[in-house]
Amino acid sequence: MSIHTKIVDDLVANDISFVTTVPCKQLAGVIDEIEARPEIYHIPSNKEDEGMGLCAGAFMGGKRPAIIMQNTAIGVTINTLATLTQFYRMPLPMLISYRGELREPVACQVEMAVHTKALLAQLNIPTYHFHRESDANELDAILKYTFMCNKPVAILTDASFWGGYGDQ
Amino acid sequence: MIRSDVLRDIAPVIRDHLVVCNIGLPSQELHLLDDQPTNFYMLGTMGLSSSIGLGLALAQNKKVISIDGDGSVLTNFGTLPTIANNVADNYILLIIDNGSYGSTGDQPTYAGKKTSLTAVAKACGCETVIECQASETKDVLEKALASNKMTIIVCKCESGNIKVPVITMDPVVIRDRFMKAVQA
Repeated sequence: MSIHTKIVDDLVANDISFVTTVPCKQLAGVIDEIEARPEIYHIPSNKEDEGMGLCAGAFMGGKRPAIIMQNTAIGVTINTLATLTQFYRMPLPMLISYRGELREPVACQVEMAVHTKALLAQLNIPTYHFHRESDANELDAILKYTFMCNKPVAILTDASFWGGYGDQ
Repeated sequence: MIRSDVLRDIAPVIRDHLVVCNIGLPSQELHLLDDQPTNFYMLGTMGLSSSIGLGLALAQNKKVISIDGDGSVLTNFGTLPTIANNVADNYILLIIDNGSYGSTGDQPTYAGKKTSLTAVAKACGCETVIECQASETKDVLEKALASNKMTIIVCKCESGNIKVPVITMDPVVIRDRFMKAVQA
């Protein structure tokens, strides 16, 4: 089973049926898999804070949401995370490509990578870091934890987890 | 007519539906005029009323009205293509367009100058976009609700505010009360 299939199987098994995405090269396989699943309504967003608004609405409508985005989005969404998702106590699993880590070819990505964990810690957002493929075995438990505690939860997935960037 | 006049006019029409109301004075005015458990008041997060309303409409079958402002739509312009491409016929976006940022001191917005939100919504692919004058809003809204078609209403009104108290209800109480009304 591919890692993309495993991740989306875990989303479906946890009754996540509304997923918004802002693309990243590393997340392309997961996004394709989400688009292919009839159990999931896939709604691409133009910006990640918009996506968090969509997820808040879907949650209040009775669906379990998730957002898939790059770590650069943490810079975009701090206000939304604090004043919507956290203030109203809503659950939100955030599957995040952690750009700017080992094997990163684009220098600018490092500039947000160095702030990513500090910002998540400042926001008191529970944060998990997938570095090896076997780390994804915890995804099911992380999703259950998210909907138990009604908080946004970050899952950072770095280049090593995805097997590098291919030919550069 | 100013925004609070429009809200007073439409209160009897929106009372029976799920309403997501924009940050600041719009929520405070609606809360003062006609507080309902079916109202979700935004206490922060400028720009996301339309997104929250669309997510809610896509997730369940009851009718949803997002009350938004021209300034907030300008803040979250990406919302209009998302709405256009994810049609929910139980969804109405009511943009109360007074050409100003009312909650922050009535500074002019670009929607009050050269930019037409009606034209933008159409260009983004929204199929039913109706621009109306403030006094026509109640009638246009009733017809939109009866049509069972996703509708964007751009209500042109005058700039101005009434004195209203802030909402002191806890956000979790607002959310819990609203979710119970969604499920009822």
